[in-house]
Parts: sequence; structure tokens; C-alpha cells
Amino acid sequence: MPEFDLQFTIALVTNGLLIGLMYALIALGFVLVYKATDAINFAQGEFVMFAAFICAGAADLAGMPFWVAAALALAGMIAFGFGFERVVLRPLLGRPIIAVIMATIGIAALLRGVATLAFGGGTRAIALPVDDEPLFLGPLMLPPVQLVGAAVSLVFLAAFTWLFLKSRMGVAMRAVAESQQVATAMGIDVRRYFAFAWALAGVVSALGGIVWGGMLGVDNQLALIGLKVFPVVILGGLDSVVGAVVGGLIVGVVENLAAGYFDPIVGGGTKDFAPYVLMIAMLMIRPYGMFGSRRIERV
Amino acid sequence: MSAAADRTGASPGEVQLAVAGVSKHFGGVRAVEDVSIAVRQGEILSVIGPNGAGKTTLLNMISGFFHPGTGSITLEGRNITHAPPSRVAALGIARTFQNIALFSGMTVLDNVMLGRHVHMKAGVLASFVYWGWARREEIAHRARAEEVLEFLQLQDIRKQPTGALAYGLRKRVELARALALEPKILLLDEPMAGMNQEEKQDVARYILDANRLWGTTIILIEHDMAVVMDISDRVAVFERGRKIADGSPDGVQRDPAVIHAYLGTARTLREAAE
Repeated sequence: MPEFDLQFTIALVTNGLLIGLMYALIALGFVLVYKATDAINFAQGEFVMFAAFICAGAADLAGMPFWVAAALALAGMIAFGFGFERVVLRPLLGRPIIAVIMATIGIAALLRGVATLAFGGGTRAIALPVDDEPLFLGPLMLPPVQLVGAAVSLVFLAAFTWLFLKSRMGVAMRAVAESQQVATAMGIDVRRYFAFAWALAGVVSALGGIVWGGMLGVDNQLALIGLKVFPVVILGGLDSVVGAVVGGLIVGVVENLAAGYFDPIVGGGTKDFAPYVLMIAMLMIRPYGMFGSRRIERV
Repeated sequence: MSAAADRTGASPGEVQLAVAGVSKHFGGVRAVEDVSIAVRQGEILSVIGPNGAGKTTLLNMISGFFHPGTGSITLEGRNITHAPPSRVAALGIARTFQNIALFSGMTVLDNVMLGRHVHMKAGVLASFVYWGWARREEIAHRARAEEVLEFLQLQDIRKQPTGALAYGLRKRVELARALALEPKILLLDEPMAGMNQEEKQDVARYILDANRLWGTTIILIEHDMAVVMDISDRVAVFERGRKIADGSPDGVQRDPAVIHAYLGTARTLREAAE
């Protein structure tokens, strides 16, 4: 193990926190859908990838400026979220939850295929309007892309938290999440909130896709970001907005510490599975996560 | 009563809800069989009968949770036979559930505010932005929610999560949430079940007050005969999915079919209750 170095550790943790916020943003899309509709969205990573493709493709193929391409990706993903709920999921209402899960796996494969068909198999870039020059803050070296990504995540995490906890829509969504039957007796049109939750997943995916696509480049591999969502939401709790944030931060930091301290010894790879080790440990001691409600145990 | 007439748009005594020839079968079970009831504006109608008589099924059909196999349900001339529950609620029929169905993670106030949901007009974007119209609307609804809380003497616990409240209080919060809808018709499914005598009297008083103050029509399922006979204008008796009697509390108690079917050997309903 490399010798413990405080400055090195601080750098790893800081960087992990920035990345973690970006994980949290994507995990939030997953949590909102799970909370409101009980569906587990296995296509969250593909949603992100597809949004990134729209943004990169619009800029590359149609020559759109970044902001226009980004707005198009956002609008496209909102429309996609609504459409997916309406066309695919609504007919499945009342069916076993496994049917919905299978539908999301199907849509994941479809999105990967369509993205390759429409935009080709190569890697595209999203030219984020930020500097490449890293910022130096004392011993810390901070890439502006990560700072911007973290800032965007933070703003939207705050906005979604407010929306969910304080706004009328949010209160109604929580009501739907707690009991569809009772919510409907209150005059709440449950299907409208299902559609709303999926549209929010679209918003989150668009933001995540643009930021992550800008950092990593845009190809089918970008969908793998969806796999990071699982340790995040299992750690934080499948149905907790706060849990998504805390889980995201933990996964970001753990990944970086593993990369900094263990990878040099074993030659790499621990970065990728360290979060899953944590996830499995959490499943054994607290299956509903740090902030999740206990009823998850029965799922 | 003038306020009541303003609110419902119908004068007392008019038929407000017409259940006509309604049946509901679950597989081979005839839960409700050819039932007709005309509910009049402003009355307190109790539905009684042994367990499994079809009372809750009837309530579920009125509130849109089940749809009848045959027959029709009409609210103020509008056919609601196949309307979904959210639509029925928006049209002015509120209900409580046999088992308490509060949102336990939320405060008393949030629960009651959810009862105002059908009256809120501000859309998604407006409530996103929150300012101006949506905010003024929120304040108006909050005032109305507070009024209901005061009516049911729940002001002191408005900020408490409902999950932690005592049983009787939770029942009362559920009543508050239903009243917050400002319903034309309130369906109460055993609102006094599991309560002690004092709590039952409180709830009976709240029901009577809501009925008098706002002209709310009440349809009540309740097993406590003493309460039923005291507060009802009319009583409908069910047995095995059929309505076997319908009339004034005194009349129903003397009805030989009711005494035979529902009471067995007891001579009066009150005796049976005791």
C-alpha cells in the first residue's frame, strides 16, 4: 500500500465528492421513479447515454451550438419519459412488477441499438463550454468539468428535494408513493404522477448525460454509468432522496480511495468493484439502506 | 342551511345520489345484488348489516374503486357508474377507509392539505415557480385546512407525523382529510370501530356538526346500533348482498324482516347491540 499521505488523500476525497454528486444526480432519477411508481428502472444508464447521444449528435451532425443541443437533449428526454410511461408502462399497470422491470430491460437494449443506428458506433464528444485548464486550489487540482458537473448536480438535487418535500406536486407524489389507493380517493390522478416521475427521470438523465458525456465521451460505454446507480441506491436506500445524495458521495469517495491506494498494489480494478463490495455488505446488515424505509425488505 | 345550499347547488331533500339496480359479483360471490338507494341531499343515511352483507362493496362502487356489473350510479344527474375514484372525488364524494389509511410519513397538516388537492388549480409549472398565483392559492387552501383542523380540534397536533398518533386521533385525522375536500357527500366506513364510548360520542358529534354546518350528505357504515339509531335520518339494512329494509330508524327497528334476518331472536336492535 502506498504510504498514507494527507494531501493525496484530501485530493482523492475531494475529487470523489465531486464525482459522487454527479452519481447522485443520476441515482435521483432512479429513486424518483421507484418512489412514485415502484418500478425499478434498469434502463437508467441507457437514458443517460441516449441523452448524451442526442446532445453530441445535434452538435456534430446538425452543427447546433452547445446550448441548443443541450436544450434539445433535455426536451427530447422529457418527451421520451412521458412517452415511455404512456406507451409501454401504462398498459402494464396492475401487472406484476416483474413485467415493468422486464420492460425497462427491453427499452435499455432498444436505446443502445437505436443510438448506434442513428449516431454510428464511434465515440463522439460533447464540447462543454468550460476551460480545460485545471484549477489549482492549494494542493488540490480540480478539473473545471468536474466542478461544473458537481455544481449542476448540486443545484438540481436541491431543486428536486424542494420539489419533493415542499411543493404540492411533491406532496401528491409522496402520497401516490405511499398508497395509490388512498391517493386516488383524494382526487389525485395517479397516472399523471407516474408520467410526471418518468419525465423527471428524463430531466435527470439529460443533465447527467450532458455532464458525463462531456467528461467521458459519448458511446455505448456511457450506459455503464447506470451500473453505478445500484450501489448508490442500495447504500442510501431505494426510496430516499437524501439517500441518493449520501450514497452517491460515498460511492464517489470509495472509488477514488480504492483507485489511489489499492489499485497500485494489485495492478488496478479495485476502483470498479469496491462500491459493490460495500453494496453487498449493506445488503447483509441493512437491506433497506441508510435512509430507506423498512418495507423495502419485503421486495 | 343557506351555506349548505350554496355549496352543493341542491336544496335539502332532493335526490342527490341515485344507486339504481346495482350488482357486483366476485367470481361466484354475489357481493351486491340488485340494490337501489336514493340518497337525498343533506341526510344522514346509515347502512347496516352483518359482516359480508355488501356494505363496503357498495361504498367502493359509489367511490369508483369498483365498478358495478349491472346498474347505474348517478350523482346530481351525472352518470358516475364507471368514473375512476379520482374523478369521483373531484366531483364531490369523499370517503374514509375501514382500516385507517393516512399517509403515515406525513404530518397531520400535510394529510389534510392533500384533501385540498382536488380544489387546487395551479399546474406543474406554476407550483414549480411557486410565486404569485400558486402561492396565493396555497395560502387560501392552508386557511381552509386550518378551519377543518379547528373544527375537529386537531390544531395542537398539526405538525406531528400521523404515524405516531393514538388510534382515535388517527381516525379523526382521516375524517379531517375527507372533510377538507369539502365534499357534497361523505362516505364513512366504520369511523368508530375500535373506539371507546367517549370517543364514539365525539365522532358522532363531529358527523352531526359537519352535516348541519355544511349540509354535507353522510353515508355511514357502522356497527354500533345505539349510535346509528341516534344520529341517522334513515337506515338501510343489508343482508347477503341485498337491501332488505330502508326507512326511518324507528321503522327499521320494527321491521319483521330485519328482526328476523339481522337479529335472530333479539326483540329490538338496541337489545342486539347490547
